[in-house]
Amino acid sequence: MSILIIAEHDHKTIKPCTFHVIKAASKLNQPLTLLVAGYEASSVAEAATKVYGISHVLYVDDQAYASFLAENMGLLIAKLAPDFTHVMVAATSYGKNFLPRAAALCDVGQISDVISLESADTFIRPIYAGNALATVTSQDKIKFITVRTTAFEAVPSTGGQATIARLEGTGDSGTSRFISAELSKSERPELTAARVIVSGGRALGSGDNFKKILEPLADKLNAALGASRAAVDAGYVPNDYQVGQTGKVVAPDLYIAIGISGAIQHLAGMKGSKTIVAINKDPEAPIFNVADYGLVGDLFDIVPELTKALG
Amino acid sequence: MKILITVKRVIDYNVKIRIKPDQSGVETSNVKMSMNPFDEIAVEEAVRLKEKGIATETVAVTMGPTQAQETLRTAMAMGIDRAIYVPVDTETQSLSVAKALQRIIAKEKPDLVIMGKQAIDNDSSQTGPMLAALLGWPQGTFASKLEIVEGKARVTREVDGGLETLELQLPALITTDLRLNEPRYASLPNIMKAKKKTLEVTTPEQLGVDFTSRITTQKVVEPPPRKGGIKVPDIATLLDKLRNEAKVI
Repeated sequence: MSILIIAEHDHKTIKPCTFHVIKAASKLNQPLTLLVAGYEASSVAEAATKVYGISHVLYVDDQAYASFLAENMGLLIAKLAPDFTHVMVAATSYGKNFLPRAAALCDVGQISDVISLESADTFIRPIYAGNALATVTSQDKIKFITVRTTAFEAVPSTGGQATIARLEGTGDSGTSRFISAELSKSERPELTAARVIVSGGRALGSGDNFKKILEPLADKLNAALGASRAAVDAGYVPNDYQVGQTGKVVAPDLYIAIGISGAIQHLAGMKGSKTIVAINKDPEAPIFNVADYGLVGDLFDIVPELTKALG
Repeated sequence: MKILITVKRVIDYNVKIRIKPDQSGVETSNVKMSMNPFDEIAVEEAVRLKEKGIATETVAVTMGPTQAQETLRTAMAMGIDRAIYVPVDTETQSLSVAKALQRIIAKEKPDLVIMGKQAIDNDSSQTGPMLAALLGWPQGTFASKLEIVEGKARVTREVDGGLETLELQLPALITTDLRLNEPRYASLPNIMKAKKKTLEVTTPEQLGVDFTSRITTQKVVEPPPRKGGIKVPDIATLLDKLRNEAKVI
């Protein structure tokens, strides 16, 4: 029996998160099948056959998958799933949207955000925004899994020699329609995908200071901008900047917390970061308990100097 | 138009959770509990649609222990018209919850269901899409904007890298993201009024849904603690550490 992995792509190239899912799936030592469902995505299908570790590629070319509508993706995956032991996809806004639909249509549960595969039926996943790790066992006949990609390395995009088969799709549900996409025009990377995040708290004092003090540093580091809930509630920045239990959960290589005291709900959203830097004038601030490197002092002095020192 | 929303009682987002010594789960007794923040947004959206005259009736549903009824009272204090409570003592799994909701919806026949995109206890983010699939309805997950135009739902979704707008035929299911709205606080008079609103009880047996799960939790542990960091004296030392020790810049 084989494992089915759903490729995330934009009809042109495979998104890197897919390579992390393949790495996770490879722990189970079973043949891996990669599904490419798209519209005029033959370059993706071809690239898929070369991905390390993939033995078989299923390619479905149909306009119904042009914008990956959950209704259509769910139906297709539910039809294919019974031939597989596991169905896996990255826990991104792409995979999280349709995989539960496919699982429900197969009358099985789903295990979300898996960070470790202990065996074919036992998995570890974070709960309570990563403040606890649950080990769960599934007795379902097919295991539907979304993978937290930051927990696994990526396999190389080349080195494989997979066979490929073209399949018919399952059609368009006709109940939903794609209208438009408005992708962020910002030069800055997006919070959940950024390698570096510069994040500000209430100590910034105003939205203007966010711009004046934090943006130049973020520019230097090609970083995304984040904020604590306190800064969002104070109206300095919009809600989508919020890092924390009720905002976004992030795990960049470098997280720089500036003027953030470290409320529990903020820590829950960022403590999975590889390296954490805290800049705060209160040496007792809880943020220093999770920071690898702490710098005590006035952010209005330190941050501009740091920006300058980065050259 | 009739709107059905769901709420879940969870540990308050500001509380530091404690793991039970026997590793069977997270301690929920003697802990401050609140409505799941994403469900508050669902409540707010339904109440606003009623205030705009688009919705004619709003109904809230929850499942859980006896105290979960308090969360329904909160929803009604925020403006929801009436509530349905399903008593369940065991830990609930998304698929069973979706099946129970499917039965309730068959009876209530709402035109729109609004749910939180995830509950901040299990963080599974599954129940909405599962329910939509069981109903055969279209879905708009992670919604940051919702408009009802000419009998259809126009939903703007927060996706990785930006926003996406979909048009859904009704009936449809929406899950809320943070930007959809800012939930109101219930006023004291409305809290008093909510006590008189209808709260109906429907058991899992009446719904014909078995809450026994095929996914079981073996143990719950704390994540490995971050090893203690250091304080650096100046910017030069910080940059040296980031470049040569952590190798992140």
